[in-house]
Amino acid sequence: MRLQWEAAQEAHVLLYPEGMVKLNASAGAIMSRCDGVRTLADIVTDLESTFGLNGIAGDVRAFVALALERQWLELRA
Amino acid sequence: MSSVMPGAPTPAPATALKSAGAVVGPPLWLLLELTYRCPLHCVFCYNPTQFADTGPELPTQEWLRVLREARALGAVQLGLSGGEPLVRDDLEEIVAEAHSLGFYINLITSGIGMTEARIKALKNAGLDHIQLSFQDSTRELNDFLSSTRTFELKSKVAALIRAHDYPMVLNVVLHRHNIDHVGEILDMADRMGAQYVELANTQYYGWAWLNREQLLPSRAQLERAEAVTQRFRAQVGARMKIYFVVPDYFETRPKPCMSGLGSVFLAIAPDGIAMPCHAARMLPGLTLPNVREAGIREIWYDSKAFNRFRGDAWMKEPCRSCPEKHKDFGGCRCQAYLLTGDPDNADPVCDLSPHHGLVSAAVARAEQAAAAPPAPREHVLVFRDHRTSIPVLTEHEAARR
Repeated sequence: MRLQWEAAQEAHVLLYPEGMVKLNASAGAIMSRCDGVRTLADIVTDLESTFGLNGIAGDVRAFVALALERQWLELRA
Repeated sequence: MSSVMPGAPTPAPATALKSAGAVVGPPLWLLLELTYRCPLHCVFCYNPTQFADTGPELPTQEWLRVLREARALGAVQLGLSGGEPLVRDDLEEIVAEAHSLGFYINLITSGIGMTEARIKALKNAGLDHIQLSFQDSTRELNDFLSSTRTFELKSKVAALIRAHDYPMVLNVVLHRHNIDHVGEILDMADRMGAQYVELANTQYYGWAWLNREQLLPSRAQLERAEAVTQRFRAQVGARMKIYFVVPDYFETRPKPCMSGLGSVFLAIAPDGIAMPCHAARMLPGLTLPNVREAGIREIWYDSKAFNRFRGDAWMKEPCRSCPEKHKDFGGCRCQAYLLTGDPDNADPVCDLSPHHGLVSAAVARAEQAAAAPPAPREHVLVFRDHRTSIPVLTEHEAARR
């Protein structure tokens, strides 16, 4: 699974064997911050300060749960 | 980002990018058929039966130029196929260029020609994953169907793929002679550590079209195979993704072939011919451009061939007035041509097509064959071969002979 920015599609896309998923802006912003180093809390803080938002932790958590279920992300201890 | 985070962003599959033919998007999926040469002789190969007559293969520099031009347009998923792409000794160079351009690279291979040294070199060049084909779970049938002794070799390549940490996609083409082995095939895939398995029922083009009467399974075979696959999916859960590609002859609506020709898919044949689908070379009246003579941008956006089946103005009834025409795009143009002699007709898989009877009749013959196997050699399998060029005959033409 690889995440990259595609200028032609103006979007982040996920690339995997036989498939491609075009992410919307929110999903792209979350996924591109999942680097295997930062915690969920770090990511929420970063998103809130970058985009001037508040109280998005629940939404981010819900998306990350979906991404884990679809194996777009994996958890590392 | 203007609004609050939505709970679940909706991922759009790349194929959904196409609107109703108004805007032409980029060729997101690029397939390079690097060569028609192949050590195997599979009876279901989709390659054209006249490939013995095609011109010389593109040289390395031309393939690299194709990669650069397609990437500049937005191509991102890359398949390297053939024939057997490993027979090209510039494969590593092609992979390296594709990787530096940002492609996600899939090598589609029989495994023949893969060695420890090459699999390492390909990894270093940036190859992302390998799709390995098997013809069956048994050595006997694998080797018979490909007319080679390759089962052991393929098993070794599967181990190499694992050892070098590539995601492994196992591809098995299904038909009358191996579809009853689906359980064993899935067990084999699991033992080999495949993360993805494609059980791809034969699509009837090229050599498979020649051999259709010998390959089409019965409905009972198909239903058993689907049931076995379902049970296996429940057993293995998330560790293996299994795609079961149904044979469209058993459907009542056609597949949305290539998401519509000229929508997202671009294939380049070994001789440089650019095609809107793998089999388009057979379509009459379609003058396919060659990358030796035209740039990829011009080919994709401006050529007559790539615009021929965009939108819906080309459609005939019953497609033209069909409410589902933007869902399946009338199905497959090559199948419409092979079965009815006219590529503008509805794909006869659709039961609204006046030619649907041709599909039902082929299925009925498969049922008969399953019930009472015909005398051996009544139909003879034709093995893929580079020494003979065999013309494509539509169903009508074949019936006239």
